[in-house]
Amino acid sequence: MQAVNIRIIQIVLLVVLLGGWQLGVTSGAIDRFFFPAPYDIVKQVIAWVSDTGFYKHVGITLSETVLGYIIGTGLGVGAGVWLGLSPFVARVLDPFIKAVNAIPRVVLAPIFVLWLGLGLWSKVALAVTLVFFVTFFNAMQGVREVNPVVLSNTRILGARRSDLLRHVYFPAAATWILSSLRTSVGFAVVGAIIGEYLGASAGLGYLIARSEGNFDAVGVFAGIIILAVFVLIIDLILDFAEKRLITWRPNAGEERPA
Amino acid sequence: MSSPVRKLEAVTELKPKPMVAIDDVTMAFGSFVAVQNVNLKVGDGEFLSIVGPTGCGKSTILNAIAGLLKPAQGKVSIDGTAVQGVQNNIGYLFQQDALLPWKTAFQNVELGLMFRGVPEEERRAKVFAWLEKVGLKGFGDRFPHQLSGGQRKRVQMAQALITGPKVILMDEPFSALDIHTRHLMQNELLRLWQEDRRAVVMITHDLEEAIALGDRVVVLAAGPKSRVIESFPVDLERPRNVAEIKLDPKFMTLYRDIWASLRGEVEKSYASR
Repeated sequence: MQAVNIRIIQIVLLVVLLGGWQLGVTSGAIDRFFFPAPYDIVKQVIAWVSDTGFYKHVGITLSETVLGYIIGTGLGVGAGVWLGLSPFVARVLDPFIKAVNAIPRVVLAPIFVLWLGLGLWSKVALAVTLVFFVTFFNAMQGVREVNPVVLSNTRILGARRSDLLRHVYFPAAATWILSSLRTSVGFAVVGAIIGEYLGASAGLGYLIARSEGNFDAVGVFAGIIILAVFVLIIDLILDFAEKRLITWRPNAGEERPA
Repeated sequence: MSSPVRKLEAVTELKPKPMVAIDDVTMAFGSFVAVQNVNLKVGDGEFLSIVGPTGCGKSTILNAIAGLLKPAQGKVSIDGTAVQGVQNNIGYLFQQDALLPWKTAFQNVELGLMFRGVPEEERRAKVFAWLEKVGLKGFGDRFPHQLSGGQRKRVQMAQALITGPKVILMDEPFSALDIHTRHLMQNELLRLWQEDRRAVVMITHDLEEAIALGDRVVVLAAGPKSRVIESFPVDLERPRNVAEIKLDPKFMTLYRDIWASLRGEVEKSYASR
């Protein structure tokens, strides 16, 4: 009952908001140039979605995101596990890592464009720099916080260093990494979009930048809506993946007393 | 795996060749000396209980036998071979949960055999046999968080014993369990041990547990610079029932004697903090 009520209120709110906006625009109270009518935005979204050429843009943004995520996570896990296991190296590199992490990643975009051109890879590189640090810190933390008793026990059972990596350190890091999955994919999307926005010939970020260049507010808003849906869909997929991947962790309330 | 000879042997502390020998061992962390000049011998098939006040460095002795810690002085050897680095021919039952949380009960029990390169078929058969032995038949697919504290202890027992270790080390293995589960697990442990007697070194601060399970009880002095002060043979018949043996008059006499020795140390340990 309560749930249904909440849904009804949400829908009413949405209708009032969008209806008010639409009315405001048609009556002339709101400037159409800055806040185009919702109806026009929806029309633009439908026009794009029904155009096959549009999916090329989605495909490019998606591949940049996925590549950036995979490469960034891979490098982050590798470096995180390595530094987690070698406190000496970690201490040596610490100031450098902090310095690099302090750079706002957006300013790297022009350099990546210089190095890698306007194509796919400069966007992937930007996404990688964003994703890397999230997974890196999580993986390092995961390795450092392995229970020493568990570690001793596994060693006594006969584990060599490679066994420890495979059966103890990586799974321990994996839980931390999976818990940061959402954040890091979000960063991958941001990296791809900003890269496209700053200079590209295709992609969702490019669509927004192009509309902006034409003073086409309808296009900008339509792009924003499509991006939001894009991220929501990725989020749903991740939700599903997360539940399938971590089966060994108790769900809330499932934990048994000792 | 089990040799009939070992079962029939009378267990006394006078063994020609000890399974575990601790010679004049001193354990130190920087300038802090936990135990000093400890001499202990554990015979093959002997169940040795070590009691002492909290913080007297009991665990460091076990860790020295396991090779997890290096003695500052003195020598530890298992079956005549000096301990160097982490030992793989021992089973260690920790007080805390030592299971890998991301592996099922089956996979956890399997670990020792897997690290030794035992073929999969043989591994499966052994793991199933051990799960049944510790009363966890059908629980192989459960993750540790889906098991109760007692069940997790059972998995740990199977995990530690499946490789047939020469020596079994136990660090207050049951202290985190409630009293009934504890009795149950102690009886279970005695049953498993009786089937295939190995040398056991168990550390506890629970004197009842030490007497009920052990063949011999060794009392450590209050730390720092703890040492062995007395050793009491436990001449109670086996098999024993842990819950009932406490009513045995012999048990009570032993308890009184050992407590007389331990009490002073416990008081000292409280006085020094």
